[in-house]
Amino acid sequence: MSTETVEAPVAKESEALLSKRRKKFITDPLNDDNPITVQVLGICSALAVTTQMKPTMVMALSVIFVMIFSNLIISLLRNAIPGRVRIIVQLAIVATLVTLVNEVLKAYAFDVYKQLSVFIGLIITNCIVMGRLEAFALGNKPYDSVLDGLGSGLGYSWIILVVAFFRELWGSGKVFGYDLMGAIGFENFAANGLMVSPVGAFIVLGFIIWVMRARSGYVEH
Amino acid sequence: MQQSNKYIIIFSLVLTAVLGGMLSGVSQVLGPAQKKAQDLDTKKQILGAIPSEKEALAGMEAEQILARYKEVISSEVADFQGNLVDTNEKGGAMVAEEVNIEKNYKKSAEDRMFPVFKYTNNGEEAYILPVYGAGLWDAIWGFVAVNPDLKSVRGISFDHKGETPGLGARITSDDIQARYQGKSLYNDNGEFVAITMVKGEKTPEDKLGPNKVDGLAGATLTANGVNDMLMNYITYYQKYFDKHVRGGAMTLNNQ
Repeated sequence: MSTETVEAPVAKESEALLSKRRKKFITDPLNDDNPITVQVLGICSALAVTTQMKPTMVMALSVIFVMIFSNLIISLLRNAIPGRVRIIVQLAIVATLVTLVNEVLKAYAFDVYKQLSVFIGLIITNCIVMGRLEAFALGNKPYDSVLDGLGSGLGYSWIILVVAFFRELWGSGKVFGYDLMGAIGFENFAANGLMVSPVGAFIVLGFIIWVMRARSGYVEH
Repeated sequence: MQQSNKYIIIFSLVLTAVLGGMLSGVSQVLGPAQKKAQDLDTKKQILGAIPSEKEALAGMEAEQILARYKEVISSEVADFQGNLVDTNEKGGAMVAEEVNIEKNYKKSAEDRMFPVFKYTNNGEEAYILPVYGAGLWDAIWGFVAVNPDLKSVRGISFDHKGETPGLGARITSDDIQARYQGKSLYNDNGEFVAITMVKGEKTPEDKLGPNKVDGLAGATLTANGVNDMLMNYITYYQKYFDKHVRGGAMTLNNQ
């Protein structure tokens, strides 16, 4: 316990469940400290799964689940994990959670499992997950770590959902499989094949990063 | 923080045991549900090869699908020579739905088992044949519903293990599969040519003809896999059709 590294005003007796400091754990990754657009992590999966909204949604939920629980477990064990093998320990826990997600999908959402199982497995290599464990959960209390995991997960999720929205809309004229372009009168909408290829994801992601950084004034040093 | 080797080894062993135990427990608990989901999925694919059934499937619950399957599908298993096989390796009754096409694919064609699913509905007949092959990243497979003369395709349902979503994975979409409906497995000279997916997309129908379907933009290698799969696998059923299907199929002479 002596190596506790919680920053700033250590709560007196009990800190509000959603104090200002804790709210920042959730709100910061949504915009100012977004894992994808600012930290440029988790790009691979943002490119790979975002061709359609539905699988992207499942991917987003899976990543949020894995992030919250891996943060929680690592935080609970933070004083017991030997420093020299901590990366392996983190990896083992993340891999276990990911396998769990995959097994549950296989049993109860077989269609989604078929579509996504390759990418669910790749959550293990998502730098956002390991990054948060290393940077936050190893040095903070469980509840704070859960909030941090939730925040980063949401920050990742909204970006990939936006990318998926534009890619599915331009790439196939649909949203969540619903023929949106047809419904609003563009029956002869010519799908843009570029958008379904990973190049399309780069373009959409580039635009989002541009808009976000222009608004926040963030500059890479 | 504890750093001794002994502590690290004990910690690692305990962690491995806990995580490993948890995973095997979960797989035990979820196993039956997974098998059920898989079984339902296979039956959905078999039924889905018939276009009219595929439309009906969308609005059906699991039990309804299983009931419908029982109602319209009967199955049998043939060997390479076209003879029916009644007993499996373990001596039990041979069930077509339980033949593992993936394992069979690893054997030479002569040693494989070939399940046949016969669709009968109001006097309408079709034979649904499993096909299996390799896509870009991993296995692809499907069920081809052919008319009893083995000449033309009634419908098709494809599936895959790991093709790219939005690209190769589109072989599972209804609009791609609908392109195969009514296409012919033979050319005008009576030679078996299967059905080929052309390169590129949006090729006008009149340029395609009876033996070709429009391609998959951005997924040429998956399309090649599909082409090879159809070309290779359907010929294995020729002897079965010669022996057991009335109406007699044409002789395959693609060699």
